[in-house]
Amino acid sequence: MTETGNKIDIDKSVGVVETQYYTYAGPGKEHKLESGEKLGPITLAYETYGKLNKEKTNAILALHALSGDAHAAGVHAGQDNKGWWDDMIGPGKAFDTDRYFVICSNVIGGCKGSTGPSSINEATGKPYALDFPFITIADMVHAQRHLIDFLGIDKLLCVTGGSMGGMQVLQWVASYPERVRSAIPIATALKHSPQQIAFNEVVRQSIMADPAWREGNYYEYGQPEKGLAVARMIGHITFMSDQSMEEKFSRRLKSGSFSFGFDADFEVEGYLHYRGANFVKRFDANSYLYITKAIDYFDLSGGRLIPGGKAIDTRFLIISFKSDWLYPSHQSQEIVRLLKRKRVDATYCELRTTYGHDAFLVEVEEQTTLIKHFLDKTFNGYLVVNDHGI
Amino acid sequence: MASNDIRLDHSIIYSIIEPESRVLDLGCGEGDLLYPLVRDKQVRAQGIELDDKAIQECVRKGLSVFHDDIEHSLREYPDNCFDYVILNQSMQEVKNVDFVIHEALRIGSKVIVGFPNFAFIRSRFMLFFRGKAPITKSLPYLWFDTPNVRFLSIDDFRDFCAEKNIRIIEAHYLGERRIVHFWPNLLALNAVFVLAKGNA
Repeated sequence: MTETGNKIDIDKSVGVVETQYYTYAGPGKEHKLESGEKLGPITLAYETYGKLNKEKTNAILALHALSGDAHAAGVHAGQDNKGWWDDMIGPGKAFDTDRYFVICSNVIGGCKGSTGPSSINEATGKPYALDFPFITIADMVHAQRHLIDFLGIDKLLCVTGGSMGGMQVLQWVASYPERVRSAIPIATALKHSPQQIAFNEVVRQSIMADPAWREGNYYEYGQPEKGLAVARMIGHITFMSDQSMEEKFSRRLKSGSFSFGFDADFEVEGYLHYRGANFVKRFDANSYLYITKAIDYFDLSGGRLIPGGKAIDTRFLIISFKSDWLYPSHQSQEIVRLLKRKRVDATYCELRTTYGHDAFLVEVEEQTTLIKHFLDKTFNGYLVVNDHGI
Repeated sequence: MASNDIRLDHSIIYSIIEPESRVLDLGCGEGDLLYPLVRDKQVRAQGIELDDKAIQECVRKGLSVFHDDIEHSLREYPDNCFDYVILNQSMQEVKNVDFVIHEALRIGSKVIVGFPNFAFIRSRFMLFFRGKAPITKSLPYLWFDTPNVRFLSIDDFRDFCAEKNIRIIEAHYLGERRIVHFWPNLLALNAVFVLAKGNA
């Protein structure tokens, strides 16, 4: 969510990477979605970092948030935009590519190389637009499972992600518990709350209220830029905290005095405009509609994460952030309570940070300590060091 | 850490717990008690801790820990899901002691409680002769910055167990470096009790 365009220290990076594509669900083998509709063929854009070991036991699946993509680490040739989780994935980093094989794929419904509403519908030769079927978080995970099958991986060492990525983590455990050794859901929820649904609905309405949206059929004419920009501005407000906004902008003015007009006077206004304008260049409005709806439908409460009577051996590390009011800690604690009832091996930590929901992308140091050692334990068991000589 | 640096209370608790037990440590700190249990005795351990730096230390040691306060942490656990619930040097920091002990006895077959003895002879001297709030090796805090909210003696705790129908299975009395055998309420700095539910 916080776009990063800084040059990176190449020594600490996975370096130049290339997006790959996997297509399945061809004619006659269409993917049956949770809604009952069928979708196919399906292409997934994905990237991998590090090497898969011979036993295929070191694979980690990183799952992106609402506007993310398959480009999680490194840079693409000739470009200097580093991946969305580059601070966390790379040699010596939290997800250490010297030891682990990290996979990240764009979700279905997205617009960064995976099949979504802006993809060409083979039946009509035109973009799907609103003919694209409704998808859910479970459908996204189902598609990822096909990719993991294709890569020949039986059991993932870890599935991880923040925000909507965290929902996919939980869905992986719900759908395929035997294929997940450990799970790291970050800044996420077991179900979307009415407040979260409300924000998403305002986001959708702002897109659909733009006449340029044309009932979703805008691909010949260009994006509904105004509506999509406003939608993203709302998003960015919810990703920050009161305190981080105060620290970043306070009431500073862009040009030193009031304009007594409706231009952006305050720095915070300028920032939101900039974010909105940037977003329309890189993200499809219909994808935003479909994916926010998938998030709103998400609900693994009750017995849906771990069905009654079933025991799972997936280990959990759950992380939340104190200043995150979009996915507040009590939602992570709800996951913890459920795991306690099911006696699942788990660790939970609420990190103190002022960054708000964005913290999962920018609060690197403490997340790294937790994740690195949690993965160590999962991968190696106990390293018996004879330093406590009882 | 060399073996002679191991805290006496930790080595007593370490020797009480059987291999492969399921253990919940309430207020586990940096995991110094749980780590050797997990490493040597393959104990299935879970810690509860409020301090986030301490949690990072636990995770560094490979321990599983929940960021929570003791009083809120117990409700969700099913009955008898642990062999031992440990409240070592944390009971005196809990406001609702009665509730916590009963919850601990509900979710654990046995409960290990370790606490500083307020009736230790030096405390009595400080209070009686100097007229000042006691500061001892086991109660090292000044009155205005102590995390402790409950002050009790070994005899107080025995009375509490009798009144609440809690069975005392074992009692260990600790001096500075060794076990205390006589007049524990006067001579022990700390006590470690192993408790179980009383007969109904």
